[in-house]
Amino acid sequence: MVSETYNTDRGPFKRVPAKEVFASMVVWGAAISVAAAFTWIVGDLLWHGLPRFSWAFLTAEPLDAGRGGGIAPMIVSSLLILVVCLVVAIPIGLGTAVLLAEFTPDRGRFGWLVRRSLDVLAGVPSIVFGLFGGLFFVEVLGLGYSILAGGLTLACMVLPIFIRAAEVGFRSVDDAHRLASAALGMTRTTTLVKVLLPLAMPGLVVGLVLGIGRALAETAALLLTSGSVDRMPESLTDSGRALSIHIYELASNIPGGQEAAYGSAVVLVMMLLGINLIAGLISHRLLRRGVVAV
Amino acid sequence: MLTGVRFAGLLAATIVLLIAGFLLWRAWPALSTIGPLRFASDDGWFPTADRFNLLPMLWGTLAVTVGAVLIAGPMGVLSAMFCRHYAPPKLAVIYRRMIELLAGIPSVVYGFWGLVVLAPWVAELRPPGLNLLTGVLILSLMILPTVALFADAALAGVSAEHTRSAAALGLSPHATLWRVVLPASSSGIATGVLLGIGRAIGETMAVLMVCGNIVQTPTSLLDPVRTLTANIALEMGYALGDHRSSLFVTGLALLIMIAVLVGAAEWLSRGRLRG
Repeated sequence: MVSETYNTDRGPFKRVPAKEVFASMVVWGAAISVAAAFTWIVGDLLWHGLPRFSWAFLTAEPLDAGRGGGIAPMIVSSLLILVVCLVVAIPIGLGTAVLLAEFTPDRGRFGWLVRRSLDVLAGVPSIVFGLFGGLFFVEVLGLGYSILAGGLTLACMVLPIFIRAAEVGFRSVDDAHRLASAALGMTRTTTLVKVLLPLAMPGLVVGLVLGIGRALAETAALLLTSGSVDRMPESLTDSGRALSIHIYELASNIPGGQEAAYGSAVVLVMMLLGINLIAGLISHRLLRRGVVAV
Repeated sequence: MLTGVRFAGLLAATIVLLIAGFLLWRAWPALSTIGPLRFASDDGWFPTADRFNLLPMLWGTLAVTVGAVLIAGPMGVLSAMFCRHYAPPKLAVIYRRMIELLAGIPSVVYGFWGLVVLAPWVAELRPPGLNLLTGVLILSLMILPTVALFADAALAGVSAEHTRSAAALGLSPHATLWRVVLPASSSGIATGVLLGIGRAIGETMAVLMVCGNIVQTPTSLLDPVRTLTANIALEMGYALGDHRSSLFVTGLALLIMIAVLVGAAEWLSRGRLRG
């Protein structure tokens, strides 16, 4: 990788200067310590968490404040919150991405404003989203501490992430497709739905995965919006304890909850990894099919 | 269709304004009755006794952030350099994948790991091990991927013209990397560091779980601290009246800090495009 553009020829008998040896030791040292920390975290989670992991753990109700039993209600709550979040975020996000990529001049003021406000939105701390969601969805709209309020709050959080990836997806489509489609007399709507959308799919999938990752990992915002009732939710207006909040409660507020917290953390991390893996495969296949279709 | 798309864009763009507006609405009572000055001059944070000094928690937030950036900044840049220029190609792919996975670990899991694994180690220095140092260590791990991925992209973006000229001048790969490529990618790296700072300021769960949460201005690395974000998470559940309103003031302050940081990052990366 380096040798293409760099002068790597030192001549036959030159020694490597001490400064360079020192530099590469520093770089390798940093890389090794980061890798060690990563291994420590993941290894520790798996070591303590996997023994807890079983079908019964996934499907049972929690017992004794979560120290025993399983995590079924938390998984269901997490998934319901995620569904609400995606149902709201995908249409709005898709629309915004199409607007930014297809209908906004690159140097226009409107596009600039939308982009900047999304940049800020992407950086807003999750607890601030929690304050907003707790005020707007829970209080003002009267949803109470509920899965609905949590999902809507998360929708605001994942929007900028989804939009950015989706916009890249649309922008990566070759202009030839747009021109060909216009030459065939297709309307812009048809072009968008039949031509651009399938070709932009890898970007959309990436955006979706990043959004799901953020939503499943989120804790602070949900503390103030969906609450922490650990019963199986019966409707979207019930409070539901997400898996991430369950980990927090077990770790910080329930003495002796550590083992169960390990189990829950492994489940959460495996869910995130699984989604990443599936998405990687899907977007790879879509990409290939897209190329073949051309 | 254009109408629908415009509507979606407008909706997405107004969320930030909506958030700022609603926070301001609830922060206003505190801002007008207590006044902004007292948030810095009151005798400590005893909101139920009508004393609202936010400064100790602001120092807490800044201390954790500065510490984390001091570690994650250099480590992140070195990681990116490792990926781009030192590691064999196959190892670089694996290493980059690992950094991405590190970025995907939920903050509550970091907090949990800090609580059960790291805290007992720090407790050797001062029990119970829930203090500024533990927070700094955990947070630096959390923002390292942000810095590393941005630095990686910045290093990759250095034009081949630079490296070819350096090679033509007979510079060694080492000198090319440290004296040409690194300075040329400095604004991209700075953008990553700024966004990392933003993430550190806004982080809630991990610092809530490992920092000890005692309201005090930290004087040593082993002092327990409470950050602004942790304060909101801890007290929002029961706060009423001016107390509640002052938590919204905190939220508004965090929002403004982030907006400034994002603006600075934007300004930096625009400078890079021009240069």
